[in-house]
Amino acid sequence: MAELIDLVLLGMLAATALRVIFLRDLFAVVMLFGIYSFLSAAIFVSLDAVDVAFTEASVGAGISTVLMLGTLALTERKEKVTQHKSWLPLLVVITTGGALIYGTLDMPPFANPDNPVHHHVAPRYIEQSPQEVGLPNMVTSVLASYRGFDTLGETVVVFSAAVGVLSLLGIRRRREPASGLASESDNTGQADLSESDPGLRAHEVLRVIAKLIIPLILLFALYVQFHGDFGPGGGFQAGVIAAAAFILYALVFGIGSGFQVVSPNVLRWLTPFGVLLYAGVGVLCMLMGGQFLDYNVLASDPVHGQHYGIIAIELGVGITVFAVMLNIFYAFTSQTERVGQ
Amino acid sequence: MMSVVLDYYNYWIVVFLMMTGFYVVISANNLVKKVVGLNIFQTSVFIFYISMGKVAEGTAPILAEGVEAYSNPLPHVLILTAIVVGVATTAVGLSLIVRIKRAYGSVEEDEFQDQDDLI
Repeated sequence: MAELIDLVLLGMLAATALRVIFLRDLFAVVMLFGIYSFLSAAIFVSLDAVDVAFTEASVGAGISTVLMLGTLALTERKEKVTQHKSWLPLLVVITTGGALIYGTLDMPPFANPDNPVHHHVAPRYIEQSPQEVGLPNMVTSVLASYRGFDTLGETVVVFSAAVGVLSLLGIRRRREPASGLASESDNTGQADLSESDPGLRAHEVLRVIAKLIIPLILLFALYVQFHGDFGPGGGFQAGVIAAAAFILYALVFGIGSGFQVVSPNVLRWLTPFGVLLYAGVGVLCMLMGGQFLDYNVLASDPVHGQHYGIIAIELGVGITVFAVMLNIFYAFTSQTERVGQ
Repeated sequence: MMSVVLDYYNYWIVVFLMMTGFYVVISANNLVKKVVGLNIFQTSVFIFYISMGKVAEGTAPILAEGVEAYSNPLPHVLILTAIVVGVATTAVGLSLIVRIKRAYGSVEEDEFQDQDDLI
């Protein structure tokens, strides 16, 4: 039965991807990509990767789609027809694909417990982590403790991506940087923006529903953040979900109102704060006589030390991911406002 | 015959998706569509890793009573972080597209290449 679900979902995924090639309407392409992400999240659930499914559903189907729509608003909606030679890419793709299919025949069969991948470090993680780290969720144990160094690196990559987006686009607070107004306080600029950009406030249903579900989304984000040690979830997912709540608010009530709730200045501090919190825990471990990110020394009992360390670094990850996602959204949306005038 | 198909079905779909994404990247003229292609390619790699981590009769790697086999948690960790890094780098790519649009007035590859040739 599980195989059948897998078979059908993967087939649907292939059909969705194939359709992207032939569509020229980019709005439809982006929507199909949202469906594609959501289907792959479903596949991850059927392949037992619940944490990954969680992330893909919130990131791929949520944030990515919003960002791509934001880009479409700034560029064009249709792809132009060209006289490209289409046989050459097709030839390259078929040759590469054929070689890869030939290569898969040497792979060990799918889902066989005797595959080499399951006999390297995985048994150690599965058998020892509940005692060594003391958490039921092995993915969190590996992510935050065994491979904590790796995760720190990834948090830094997310941080630098935000630096990249902000230096390429920046967040525009005013519609028009007029000569005389440039020195005035931010408040007038924000009021200006929120008046000129009503968002989707005219739609009463959207407004009421958004007000109803935003607190629930935030509550859920906090649950995911702090329950990630025991069930699926953690800092990465929680950060994205929390950002989604504020993105929804800014979409419905206008970006100016969004700025008043979480101002870009606050985000500017939050983004590095999360990374520093993570690295700070590592340094604290060193100061207490252990190695970098060796949480065992944080408390008298090693397992308690692991708990403290993991809660702190997951919080760091959550804060950085939240601030980065919201920063990126602000950067894209504030451009749209300017072009739209 | 059926068992061979079931043994390799996931990998074949992964190759198909990867090649679809690759084709979109090299044949599409519009930069936003190219980014969608890159993301399809990327997701196929995710599915490849997660497929390798699956154990038959296994369950999600969260400790529970009465469970004998768990799927491999390591690929899950690698891919979980890769997804978030992936959206962050996609955002950088999209903001480059916005800048290209501002500089050349177009995001169609041949159009801004023509403008470059004129200079």
